[in-house]
Amino acid sequence: MSQPTARTLKNHTSFGQTIRNSLTMAYRGLLKIKRTPEQLFDVTLQPIIFTLMFTYIFGGAISGDVASYLPIIIPGILVQTVIGTSVVTGVQLREDMDKGVFDRFKSLPIARIAPLAGALLADTIRYTIATVLTFTMGFIMGYRPEGGFGNVVLAALLVIACAWAISWIFAFFGVIARTASSVQGISMLVLFPLTFLSNAFVPVDTMPNWLQFFVKINPITHLVSAVRQLANDGTVGWDLSLSLIGAAVIVAVFAPITVRAYMRRT
Amino acid sequence: MNHIQAKEPKGEWAVEARGLVKTFGDNRAVDGVDLNVRAGSIYGVLGPHGAGKTTTIRMLATLLKADAGSAKIFGRDTVKESQIVRQLIGVTGQYASVDESLSATENLVIFSRWLGLGRKEAKRKAEELLEEFGLSEAARRPLKNFSGGMRRRLDLAASLIAQPPLIFLDEPTTGLDPRTRSQMWETIRRLVNTGSTVLLTTQYLDEADQLADRIAVIDRGHVVAEGTVDELKASVGTSSLHLRVSEPRDIGNARRLVEQVLGAQSSVSSEAGKITAPMADADAITDLLIALRAEGISLSEMSVQKPTLDEVFLTITGQGVNHEAEAASAKEVTA
Repeated sequence: MSQPTARTLKNHTSFGQTIRNSLTMAYRGLLKIKRTPEQLFDVTLQPIIFTLMFTYIFGGAISGDVASYLPIIIPGILVQTVIGTSVVTGVQLREDMDKGVFDRFKSLPIARIAPLAGALLADTIRYTIATVLTFTMGFIMGYRPEGGFGNVVLAALLVIACAWAISWIFAFFGVIARTASSVQGISMLVLFPLTFLSNAFVPVDTMPNWLQFFVKINPITHLVSAVRQLANDGTVGWDLSLSLIGAAVIVAVFAPITVRAYMRRT
Repeated sequence: MNHIQAKEPKGEWAVEARGLVKTFGDNRAVDGVDLNVRAGSIYGVLGPHGAGKTTTIRMLATLLKADAGSAKIFGRDTVKESQIVRQLIGVTGQYASVDESLSATENLVIFSRWLGLGRKEAKRKAEELLEEFGLSEAARRPLKNFSGGMRRRLDLAASLIAQPPLIFLDEPTTGLDPRTRSQMWETIRRLVNTGSTVLLTTQYLDEADQLADRIAVIDRGHVVAEGTVDELKASVGTSSLHLRVSEPRDIGNARRLVEQVLGAQSSVSSEAGKITAPMADADAITDLLIALRAEGISLSEMSVQKPTLDEVFLTITGQGVNHEAEAASAKEVTA
């Protein structure tokens, strides 16, 4: 073994080291996905099944036929699926923290935030898979986004970025909750109404007024609208700005409190 | 393994803990623990399940904040200089702290990368350690298929990547079979020969006896005794002599002779025909044996028992062993 003759001891972690530590942690997350591909079932099967199901069930009723419903439903399902996937971040974080390996992370001289940041970073892979599959399913079923390929990619990046931001909320639940199943429970309770009480599946003007009020302030609605504008028309509007601002606010609020809660448990 | 300069971080004490307290709800898991561990030694923390051993280690290893008291690792405060302390220690937990879903190599590479090794270096380091711990063949298999012993060895290997001068081993052999256990002991001894300091906790008295230079006995969050193994044994008292006569009718006579020659009270378990007496002076045994022969009493069995750490432990913690009951159960086993 090589001999580190003079240890240089530092009591702080530099920004560069924080990034490197987080990337190593993300690499670990990717290796885990590679080793246990079955944990990708939700991001692979859900987009396929939901896209097929919702399109053929609601298509005729809402838009008259399936083809004209696709531009409405595909962005809706995309947002619902990818945001739903961000719950897994919190659940897996809780599971990870309950295992002995987290003790080793904590006893190593690495940036304290790295185990969190890295895990969240690795999860963007899951969002990417879900995004690609949803668009692909749509394409197979006849969806031809007017906005063009470039704008579809932008829309995809927007959804992935927002899902990453929202995953900080579930990471917070993951850190403070006692069991992984309670994280799942709380998160679904929050997410289910949020995704359905939006414009993701049906036109808003069919809803009663009081519901329209909620739907219009729901951030999911703005995200869905932003994706539709980008993918279907190639336009950028107020909804896109709102989505990005919302994502930034979520990260600004939840990243610090999640890290604080995590540190207190460290 | 090359050697590590244990003296490199300042001070001769690897661990200095003062009045560590940790409370979980109503339970004072650790209630004022003081520990001093000299650099380059193996220090054993011995106690029953739930005595506060793991909590103590977790506080020393910066995994848990103490409610009161302070601890220094090579003179560095575990709270104020926690990131420095983490560069000086390796921790092997009670439950193997490695990634189940990854392979042995992947685990070691990731930990190495975190400790600042480059991609190639990390890979080489992982190979070296796997070789050293006899895990090369299993390097690519996921840990799910590892035995308990292999997992522990991998865990220990992971703690040694940075060659830390202080290694915490929390119950390193709990749940291992005897052969794996003695392999683990060998590894631990080798570590100290290379200059590392080891602080280990154990529930096994023979393990502390086998490995540790000094021992702290801990019970209900308190250190109830501290010293070298011999000191602790001596504090419990002398060795005892056990005799068994061939003819049960000789018991009375034999017992009279034992008490006469050794000058001490003896006890006898009638069914087994076994006489037990404290033995202060080994030389007196010669006289006793001659006297027994002169009386024509033949022995079927004779043994001298030094106090075991079990007795030390039970005497100190006050959960005195019921000797009658123990003798009775021993008989059941032999019968």
